Amino acid sequence: MGSNGKKFDLFNFLYKYGTIIVILAAVLFFSLTLENFMNFSNITNIFRSVSIVALIGLAITMSLTISGFDLSVGAIAGFASVIAAKFMVVWEMGPIPAIIVPLLVGILIGCVNAFFIIKMNIADMLTTLSMMFLLTGISITFQNGSAIYNFMPLPNLGGIAPGTMSKAFLYIGQGKILNIPVPVIIMLVVAILAHLFLNQTKYGRYLYMIGSNEEAAKLSGIPINRYKLIAYMMSGFIAALGGLVLGARLGSGEVNAGAPYLMDAVAAAYIGFSVFGIGKPNAFGTLIGALLMGVLLNGLIMMDFPYYSQDIVKGIVLVLALSLTYYKRKE
Amino acid sequence: MLKMKGITKTFPGVKALENVDFEVGSGEVHALIGANGAGKSTLMKVLAGAYGGYEGDIFINNRKVTINNPIDAKHNGIVIVYQEVDTALVPHLTVAENIMMDYIIQQKNVFMNWKKIRRFAKQEIEALGLDINVNRLVSGLSLSEKQMVLIGRAFFHKAKYLILDEPTAPLSVEETEKLFEIVRKIKNEGISVIFISHRLDEIFKICEKITVLKDGKNVGTFNTEDLTIDQAVEKMLGRKLENTYPKVEAVAGDTLLEVRDLSGTGGVKNVNIKVRAGEIIGLAGLVGGGKTELCKLLFGEGKITDGKIILEGKNTTPKTPTDAVENGLALVPEERRKEGIFVNETVETNITLPTLKSYCRGIFMNKGKIKKVSCENIKKVGIKTPGEKELVRNLSGGNQQKVAIGKWLLSVAKVFIFDEATKGVDVGSKAEIYELIGGLVKQGKGVIYASCEFSEILGLTDRVYVMYNGTIAKELITKETTEEELLYYSAGGGLNGE
Ligand SMILES: Nc1ncnc2c1ncn2[C@@H]1O[C@H](COP(=O)(O)OP(=O)(O)OP(=O)(O)O)[C@@H](O)[C@H]1O
Ligand SMILES: [Mg+2]
Repeated sequence: MGSNGKKFDLFNFLYKYGTIIVILAAVLFFSLTLENFMNFSNITNIFRSVSIVALIGLAITMSLTISGFDLSVGAIAGFASVIAAKFMVVWEMGPIPAIIVPLLVGILIGCVNAFFIIKMNIADMLTTLSMMFLLTGISITFQNGSAIYNFMPLPNLGGIAPGTMSKAFLYIGQGKILNIPVPVIIMLVVAILAHLFLNQTKYGRYLYMIGSNEEAAKLSGIPINRYKLIAYMMSGFIAALGGLVLGARLGSGEVNAGAPYLMDAVAAAYIGFSVFGIGKPNAFGTLIGALLMGVLLNGLIMMDFPYYSQDIVKGIVLVLALSLTYYKRKE
Repeated sequence: MLKMKGITKTFPGVKALENVDFEVGSGEVHALIGANGAGKSTLMKVLAGAYGGYEGDIFINNRKVTINNPIDAKHNGIVIVYQEVDTALVPHLTVAENIMMDYIIQQKNVFMNWKKIRRFAKQEIEALGLDINVNRLVSGLSLSEKQMVLIGRAFFHKAKYLILDEPTAPLSVEETEKLFEIVRKIKNEGISVIFISHRLDEIFKICEKITVLKDGKNVGTFNTEDLTIDQAVEKMLGRKLENTYPKVEAVAGDTLLEVRDLSGTGGVKNVNIKVRAGEIIGLAGLVGGGKTELCKLLFGEGKITDGKIILEGKNTTPKTPTDAVENGLALVPEERRKEGIFVNETVETNITLPTLKSYCRGIFMNKGKIKKVSCENIKKVGIKTPGEKELVRNLSGGNQQKVAIGKWLLSVAKVFIFDEATKGVDVGSKAEIYELIGGLVKQGKGVIYASCEFSEILGLTDRVYVMYNGTIAKELITKETTEEELLYYSAGGGLNGE
């Protein structure tokens, strides 16, 4: 009956390194079959394409650490891009307020989410779902129904929009430093900071403990409401930052541009649980999760895999990663 | 007759059971005793099919059986009632539905005959001599009633072997008596009961055989009448226990904590308490007497409607547990799994959490220091674990309790509140915990020790407040009182005009 020798070890190995192995295997496979896969420009391309998913995924990761959930991140990102665009294009403001204000709004939305979750005791999913609808509506109203971009026609006033998106702002989404796209740099910096915050500071430990057993955390003297608030504020902030990168890359402001990133970001965060067998939401894992999907999609598209079937790949990757995490928990 | 032979079970880093033989006769009440982490629960989980595999053989009536999952166990007439009764019950279903769960699942008819289900359930309840309305929701039952429901379910299964893993730890004296009555009844039906407990007096009361485990090995099986409690303890611990209540002499100083006319959630009414430095105060009372509610209220959990809490002369009535900790209070709560520990975290993370700030440089954790402090504390409290990075859920029940205590011993709190702190802790470790508590008062701390085990109150404390119905019924000097007196007041004796 001593059947837990080899098989068990293999599973444990997969549990820890499965996600990494899949990435390496995919990279190896694509670089052998596709001659352009491994060149510098394609690699930066992959990184750039995952940067927004990764950022929004990091936002969700923050709420996941306290066993919460923030469904409003996609809408926050979209709204942030709209605010920035409207400030510059319609109201002719400079890049500084167009960056600062959306970030503050993101934090504020996090506060509102936290208020309803903590004080009104509404489930996190439902609160943030409502917030998602609310923000989408507010945003569309604010942008007068359509996307905001340079020289767009203005329906009410007639003529075209007076301002333009500033170069400095567009640099966030389109610039390069030492040949590395700025979005990639932002993504890496945020991921590193989030990783340090979650793993090396006492605050990060408090967040995880709240997620692990709220009651025990409270009775250990941790001010749980304060830290829940912080988690949602950080979620809002990072999501807004993701939205700015998005807006700068597209050169426009449009709330619905953020929405499609929500589900990919959720997937990235959950795939992240399985990286190195951590079994918990974590910043590094989320980054890897986003990268894994980016690599697979990029390679498949280069192999002429139809773009409309991409979701099949995402679904399979997600369910495999979840299996690794949750099967282990069952033990 | 049930026989386990050569059972071995290993976990990463731990040999929990090593070649254990264990035998239970029909209609026998058989005790399984041993120190925390000795392997009692593991042995019973093997029998109940909780692990996929084991080494060794199991025989029932001399026929070899394989038990690889709980269903196998059930088919062989083995039912286990775990200490965490809630895991086996569906809270928002009725008592009847919970007792008849398997019957309901196995029904082939599309429509349920609820009348019949209720009738069957009622029969089981009555056969056990119980008085629980089968239409009540399980969520509204007390812990002991939930146990009864599970025993009722086992009874309905026509179980031949009923395993009770520390059933009495959370029960009051009366509830324990009731449980024993049921155990006797079950025994008369020819059902064998395997009974795990750290309260040896109980074991000597109702068990005819005792098997002692130590470090995963069977030390021996004895007839109860051939053994004294002291001998049993010696076999369990491998040494004589000199003193169950090692008394540390400390001089009581100034008043540390004063509670004035405190009322609040959980039915706490008009409580007045004083704790002096260097003093251990007992909060005696039956289960449901309001001890836990009072402890929580003192710790800022719950709503204080009236009165105040004064610490070292300053009004420090806490609004939240965070306030309480900042003011210098520490609480070891009653329900460890829910309130005291983080089962999915490491021992290290658990025991350094309340004092985490002290192991940080700025906002960054000093992991080297955290590790060092944890290792020291694990040793000091006597937590049996393969290492500081072990997940707490892999520790035995008693060792989890030690984690719940250990995490506060590092703090600089002035008043320590213990709510049933030695629940599920073996006698040897209990003595060690009492010694740690003694060490606290010697440093001039104050201790509030709530317990429904009056022998513990009498052995440990200096002064006792007896609680009844949310309020203090009587204050007594420990030296001058008796168990009978405590019981009298905690049952509301003094209030009903004798
Ligand atoms: N799932 C597990 N993984 C790793 N180790 C485990 C696991 N379950 C139990 N152990 C270890 O096996 C040993 C025996 O544990 P067990 O729970 O059987 O003790 P016990 O006799 O029931 O103690 P207690 O009186 O404290 O409940 C302990 O050292 C414990 O740490
Ligand atoms: Mg046990």
